[in-house]
Amino acid sequence: MANAPAPVTAQPAGPFAAFWSAFSHNRGAVGGLIILLTIIVLAIFAEWIAPYSAIEQFRGMTKLPPAWAEGGDARFVLGTDALGRDMLSRLIYGARISLFIGLSVMSVSVVIGITLGLVAAFLGGVVDSVLMRIMDLIMSIPSLVLAILVVSILGPSLTNTIVAVSVVYLPNYVRLVRGSALAEFGKDYIIAAKVAGVGPIRLMFVTVLPNCLAPLIVQAALGVSNAILEAAALGFLGLGAQPPTPEWGAMLADAREFIRSNPWIVTLPGLAILVSVVSINLFGDGLRDALDPKLRRS
Amino acid sequence: MIKFILRRLLLTIPTFVALMFVTFIAIRLVPGDPVEVRTGEHGISPERLAYFRHELGLDQPVWKQFLDYVWQLLHGDFGVSLSSNEKVLTEFLTLFPATLELSFAGILFAVILGIPAGVFAAVKRGSWFDHTLMGAAVAGFSMPIFWWGLLLIMLVSEGWHLTPVAGRIDMIKYYFEPTTGFMLIDSLLSDQKGAFLSTLHHLVLPMIVLGTVPLAVIARMTRSSMLEVLSEDYVRTARAKGLSEFRVISLHALRNALIPVVTVVGLQVGGLLAGAVLTETIFSWPGVGKWLIDSIGRRDYPALQGGILLISSLVIIINLLVDLLYGAINPRIRHG
Repeated sequence: MANAPAPVTAQPAGPFAAFWSAFSHNRGAVGGLIILLTIIVLAIFAEWIAPYSAIEQFRGMTKLPPAWAEGGDARFVLGTDALGRDMLSRLIYGARISLFIGLSVMSVSVVIGITLGLVAAFLGGVVDSVLMRIMDLIMSIPSLVLAILVVSILGPSLTNTIVAVSVVYLPNYVRLVRGSALAEFGKDYIIAAKVAGVGPIRLMFVTVLPNCLAPLIVQAALGVSNAILEAAALGFLGLGAQPPTPEWGAMLADAREFIRSNPWIVTLPGLAILVSVVSINLFGDGLRDALDPKLRRS
Repeated sequence: MIKFILRRLLLTIPTFVALMFVTFIAIRLVPGDPVEVRTGEHGISPERLAYFRHELGLDQPVWKQFLDYVWQLLHGDFGVSLSSNEKVLTEFLTLFPATLELSFAGILFAVILGIPAGVFAAVKRGSWFDHTLMGAAVAGFSMPIFWWGLLLIMLVSEGWHLTPVAGRIDMIKYYFEPTTGFMLIDSLLSDQKGAFLSTLHHLVLPMIVLGTVPLAVIARMTRSSMLEVLSEDYVRTARAKGLSEFRVISLHALRNALIPVVTVVGLQVGGLLAGAVLTETIFSWPGVGKWLIDSIGRRDYPALQGGILLISSLVIIINLLVDLLYGAINPRIRHG
């Protein structure tokens, strides 16, 4: 009787299993996740994967076309830029910078957004009104214009790009957290927690916050791709990362004069931005569909 | 209704005050002394310095400076551009029609293509058209439009020689005094042969570039809103009455599906102006977006300050109007 099958107790799927089964049904989302994971691996292991350094200049090797094109050199698979730097290596190191910007902006605005949103929801009254007016103000200035304002005060650099874009996306999180926290307030478990003597900080972060997380996670995922786009736009305008940093937007700005003569120098960095943003957005769409029980396939 | 309008107007006032405060503070946080920026870096005597400081009001206490600033703004004085010595408001108003024309064209392009595409995708749900359109919408939504612009210039202008690379009209062939500032109207009024066509030629690519993101958003929104409406009882009733499919979709379903789409179009205004900054830079379009970027390069802070203030005020006012419009259409918002 050693081989008798163990009795199977029918257990409801855990929240993660339910999420994964919904998520994995979405082919676009899975594709996005795979591309995104590839980009993350490239970014983390750039030193080992990239054939050359991002800033090493090869004399006499400037503006080489990709290896498969006429005049290409097998040593430089995607060709070289105007200063003889390997495009492939620059693109791989660029992935690191773009992801770093995207994740930093997301983390900064999520942390500050959660705090301000909960504070506004809990304190209400004047604090709430003042905070919300400030968020209205931030939202009323067009995103790029606001980023330009911040950068023109702080000066152009990678760090200031992160600060500027975080400010731009802060209101989304504050409003979202405040809204979902307010929706939770009337519910019985909050009253129960209050009656049980739970302190305000614990009530905010431990009792209420976990129930507001689903929309926040989706917003945060899509926030990463928005931040990458916004930072690339700043880089393109010369207000973001400064040369020789291999930031994709800044690479495009350098490449503008070669539109006519060397189209691949213009095409590749933009393609890199598009592919990473698309993969994050597909992943984010999948997250939203999988986290929202109303949309879940039964 | 009047109560709703008043409350909404009152809520806008603190936003405006805060906006003025932010631009006021911003200009003071910029590194470098404004007097030195104006007079050059070297060689200014202490008396001249004191004179300039007094003239600019910099010897006053900060709260007084702020009140003076607000007072000036309320009188339409947005400062004087350092590079052109023109009033910032005048410069803004001469350049703004170009931005407005481009934005209108962009949103028109997005609406005209996006709504039918979204409706068709919803009606043919699951078809190859639906899949292709939604795939394209994700790409459009994720598009770095500055690259998209360069790509189109590379293909359409440089490769196929179909459109010009920059500007609003062929300045060598056509010249006329601007009457409205809108090149499409001015070129028609000018009675010069080919001027209108030349303007259209110049407008096509920037319009596509600026319209791409709204197009993707509108197509997606129309599709999902249409899908929701198509499963409603009144659509079933309309079908049961024996109405033609075209009537059911275009009259009964689309009308109701459009409400959230209109909201989305309203929300695009801010994004459109941000997109205009990039589009104008790529196509050397002489609008306020390019002017703003050029002002940064020239360290023309008064222009930057006034420009940001004016653009943001416009967005606030447009959002307010959109809000009031919804209140007029939908009583639930009014009393919410």
